[in-house]
Amino acid sequence: MADNKLDYILQLADNALIYGHRLSEWTGHGPQLEVDMALSNISLDNIGAARSFYQYAAEIEGGDKTEDSYPYLRDVRDFKNVLLVEIPNGDFAKTIARSFYFDCFQFHFYTALQQSSDERIAAIAAKSIKEVTYHWRYSKGWVIKLGDGTEVSKAKIQEALNDVWDYAGELFAPNKLELEMQAVGIAPDLAPIKERWDNSVNEALKEATLTITDENGDWHHSGGKNGIHSEHLGFLLAELQFVQRAYPNSEW
Amino acid sequence: MVSKEEIYSFLENVCDPEVPALTVLDLGVVRDVIIEEDLITVKITPTYSGCPAMNTISANIKFELLAQGYKNVNVEEVLSPSWTTDWMSNEGKRKLKEFGIAPPQYQTKDNPLEEDAVVPCPRCDSKNSTLVSQFGSTSCKALYKCLDCLEPFDYFKCH
Repeated sequence: MADNKLDYILQLADNALIYGHRLSEWTGHGPQLEVDMALSNISLDNIGAARSFYQYAAEIEGGDKTEDSYPYLRDVRDFKNVLLVEIPNGDFAKTIARSFYFDCFQFHFYTALQQSSDERIAAIAAKSIKEVTYHWRYSKGWVIKLGDGTEVSKAKIQEALNDVWDYAGELFAPNKLELEMQAVGIAPDLAPIKERWDNSVNEALKEATLTITDENGDWHHSGGKNGIHSEHLGFLLAELQFVQRAYPNSEW
Repeated sequence: MVSKEEIYSFLENVCDPEVPALTVLDLGVVRDVIIEEDLITVKITPTYSGCPAMNTISANIKFELLAQGYKNVNVEEVLSPSWTTDWMSNEGKRKLKEFGIAPPQYQTKDNPLEEDAVVPCPRCDSKNSTLVSQFGSTSCKALYKCLDCLEPFDYFKCH
């Protein structure tokens, strides 16, 4: 049970870290200065939330573990983030499409996670929800702006939303660990979160004059939650972990 | 033994590294001071999860108390209840404005998302301003522009 909780905390942390890392790749490359700052800020909030979860994990595990042990010293199979957050940024439309789905998920997920029976997890969720509220407003705003914009912007965001769509399903498909955590009140039930997510996403798409044609029905990419990742995560980690791998135990 | 009030008075010398107009007390990040025998514990709460200023704030608190002769100081981060701009002192808001940053305009419960927020320009007090970017130079700020004096300015978001 304690081990399962540790694994669950690491899953929460990994989602925030990998998403934050992907967004940080925009730093210095944003299409406008304001976009650059916004994506960097959203990245920082996510990496901050990941740190809070990793610190908690290190306290539970004890020994010589620190918050840095998990992001820097685990291998790709040990990461339990969803595939959605590890897919490459692509162009601006694709980054916004991913953020649109994931920020909306985080918004409803952290709202529910504040009721976790684990006080520390509930406190981290309460801290993060304020930040995520801004993130969701931001990515939603861009989907509406691009969708209800020019012919070109509409075509690009539509294509991006279609491309990323099949990665969103994994967010709501609980694995064994999540079901166990739900049974003891640590994790929220993902079914009502899916309903709220559908409503929020559909409402925003309507305003954006966009529609998603769900060609594949319930089918979605999956595996990340169980450590089976796309080829992209290894490359991401190669960069994220480079300094610690090249100079083991070095400190800032 | 040193009193809690004395420690609080020393903390008035510790400023936020990113907004040096504000002390950590103005900002509302100091949640408690606990004095036991020769150990002083200062409890602080992070403003934003990823705020890089927190490590510096923690170090500066230790430096200040060391300079006052207290070697055994522990700075502890507490997450709950999470920090809110509602805890910022009125004095803090006045200093922010003087520094050129528009202070938070609402209590968070009244307008959590700051929809249609009216943010007066800290230089000319005109309410005719417009949002340029929800995310500014640091996590806690948004970027606005005054449509009367045309100065861009930072706004300390309600949070």
